[in-house]
Amino acid sequence: MTLTLSPPTATPEPQAPLQPQGWLRYFSFSVDHKVIGLQYLVCGFLFYFVGGALAGMIRTELLTPLSDFMPRETYNEVLTLHGTVMIFLWIVPVVNGAFGNYLIPFYVGARDMAFPRLNAVAFWLIPPAGLLLISSYFIGSASQSGWTAYPPLSLTTPATGQVIWILSVLLLGSSSILGGINFIATILKLRRPGLKMLQLPMFCWALLGTSILVVLSTPVLAGTLVLLSFDIIAHTGFFNPALGGNAVVYQHLFWFYSHPAVYIMVLPAFGLVSEILPVHARKPLFGYITMVYSILAIVVLGLVVWAHHMFTSGTPPWMRLFFTIATSLIAVPTGIKFFNWLATLWGGKIALNSAMLFSCGFIFNFVFGGITGVALAQVPFDIHVHDTYFVVAHFHYIVYGGTVFVIFGSVYHWYPKFTGRLANETLGRLHFVLTFIGFNLCFAPQHWLGLNGMPRRVAEYDPQFTFVNQVSSVGALLMAISTLPFLINMIYSAFAGEKAGDNPWRALTPEWLTSSPPPVENWKGPAPLVTHPYGYGEAPQPQAVGASSP
Amino acid sequence: MTSSSAPSPISTSAASPALAAGLSVADAGASQGAEVSHHAEAGHGAEEGHGDFRLFGLATFLVADGMTFAGFFAAYLTFRAVNPLAEGGNYELELVLPTVNTILLLLSSLTFHRAAKAIHQDRTQACRNWLLVTAALGFTFLGGQMVEYFSLPFGLTDNLFASTFYAITGFHGLHVTLGGLMILIIWWQSREGGRVTRANLFPLEATELYWHFVDGIWVLLYGILYLL
Repeated sequence: MTLTLSPPTATPEPQAPLQPQGWLRYFSFSVDHKVIGLQYLVCGFLFYFVGGALAGMIRTELLTPLSDFMPRETYNEVLTLHGTVMIFLWIVPVVNGAFGNYLIPFYVGARDMAFPRLNAVAFWLIPPAGLLLISSYFIGSASQSGWTAYPPLSLTTPATGQVIWILSVLLLGSSSILGGINFIATILKLRRPGLKMLQLPMFCWALLGTSILVVLSTPVLAGTLVLLSFDIIAHTGFFNPALGGNAVVYQHLFWFYSHPAVYIMVLPAFGLVSEILPVHARKPLFGYITMVYSILAIVVLGLVVWAHHMFTSGTPPWMRLFFTIATSLIAVPTGIKFFNWLATLWGGKIALNSAMLFSCGFIFNFVFGGITGVALAQVPFDIHVHDTYFVVAHFHYIVYGGTVFVIFGSVYHWYPKFTGRLANETLGRLHFVLTFIGFNLCFAPQHWLGLNGMPRRVAEYDPQFTFVNQVSSVGALLMAISTLPFLINMIYSAFAGEKAGDNPWRALTPEWLTSSPPPVENWKGPAPLVTHPYGYGEAPQPQAVGASSP
Repeated sequence: MTSSSAPSPISTSAASPALAAGLSVADAGASQGAEVSHHAEAGHGAEEGHGDFRLFGLATFLVADGMTFAGFFAAYLTFRAVNPLAEGGNYELELVLPTVNTILLLLSSLTFHRAAKAIHQDRTQACRNWLLVTAALGFTFLGGQMVEYFSLPFGLTDNLFASTFYAITGFHGLHVTLGGLMILIIWWQSREGGRVTRANLFPLEATELYWHFVDGIWVLLYGILYLL
């Protein structure tokens, strides 16, 4: 096996090219997984604020039934940019790239990812892609066809913005694929010797499942978007019915990626919350093995449910039946995970700090989003609410109420590890209360709007919906305000926060068994072998032995 | 390097940031006084070294690449099943040239295999010759594709079938072009004093895996686009 390795030649081993130290390394082509993880995180938050500002513009426009805040075309550009930025530049990079890069090498007992340079390349594709996307707004017209870019709409709206959108998403997809390959290789091939797959922290399994979905489905989207760009640039007719093409094929191929994309966004959040709950409830994660099988089941089922987005696209009855059943089946593994989290909390010694509050907020919001998801899988109901605000509400309950809540919780949980200082708990709790109220005030009324027939992606609406829309907009304002305590907290605590020590939560997962922030290559000595990452309350003491023990 | 210089502790190092892979050996080299031979390293190192997972990474990438083709094939088959044939359109293609091309490409897989076998037996010159033959077969295939493109009665935008045909074969041709260039690079690097040696076979093995993959895709493509 090792025959293929290249031995060092007679010349002395060339030293690693000197990386800039201190804050400068965060602006460099660093190959340290922790630097790259924080690059993903901060870059993601910058785009989050861009996407949030765009959401604010949408909610401002919808304060009144008329399109008086901005022209309709601008509204279309804003909603397209909002969706694309939030999905491809905020949630996917942060929940996979940021936390995955930071934590996975620790969890498998490695000193870096399997392919560190590839890792840096994957990150550095993101800022240019994001700037490219946003620049399209200023050089004419951004894409107006929504983040789904359905033809023939995407063929008839201004071409410049649409092509830039395609280019940007292709870059982001490539970044995602490279990251996925790296995660798979790291988890499967770079585990510390003696560490078995079923001893890994749950986040590893979540990222493994996510990465499998990324590798299998993202290339299909890439190929589809290339064909779409041919339709726009070269005037082929793949998806253009006027030229004999088939627009529904685009929808199939698009959703073959974009439904798994929902799991790409939410499975890592499942993993992160499974790390946070046991620490702050001081109890082992309930039902580890069922959690693993649930993730694998979600991966398999997630690949065969895409057409439930297309019940109104002339899908034949057998297809509707199959995709309804497959989609409903996903409720089973998801429900197992949900009850496992509840059982983890049950009887625990719960510390209601910011990380725990956001995790509980996730559980609350996610069960709501999950139930509307099962409802949407049923054809008659789906046809009634298709393309209405009900779908908007459902989706945001999953990705905001679910994933973004977990991102905030994770930032609070790992903040001491990132910086060596504790975040301020008062500001953190204020952040949670404002976000939780604001989020539910913003999105819960949208279920009602959708059920009563208010279509999404339209700047104007029936005046009878005015009041509820204004309530929703107040909620959005509250969400915007809620980021202030968060920002103040993050910046203030980084400089003046209480010193955290290496392991302020007395956690057992491997990233806490080193200094905070961790040194380059993660451990001064050999990597610890952690076989019971959730051994809270187990007698006599957790098993975190050094490597040199037999 | 930060790996410990004391000879005794079992090295637990995985990827040091500087080296993407192949680290257990680098560690062995760094630990002074402990001259560990490859075989000793492999012996007790089975529990500490991670072996070479670069080919695994490439294989994962090829799965992703294959999914792109799968998407194209699915689109093509759906178009054929659902969309009516355009006026003057025709699914039938001339078979002689593509069949010759298929044989050329399959032969090139065989010759690449011979090249890899030769270098394993330390017959570098034979390996380089086989590599040149492989590259020649690949570029001949591309030439054949060009001839076919220019002799076909339809253009890219003529109808749905034409567009799909050119998109899929063109995407595959891009892969063959890249593969051909990669073969020429490893041919150059396997010269006396080059970087591809028996001790560093990864570039050759990676290119071989990629080349077999591209050939396999062509066989599928030939079946779906030409024979079906």
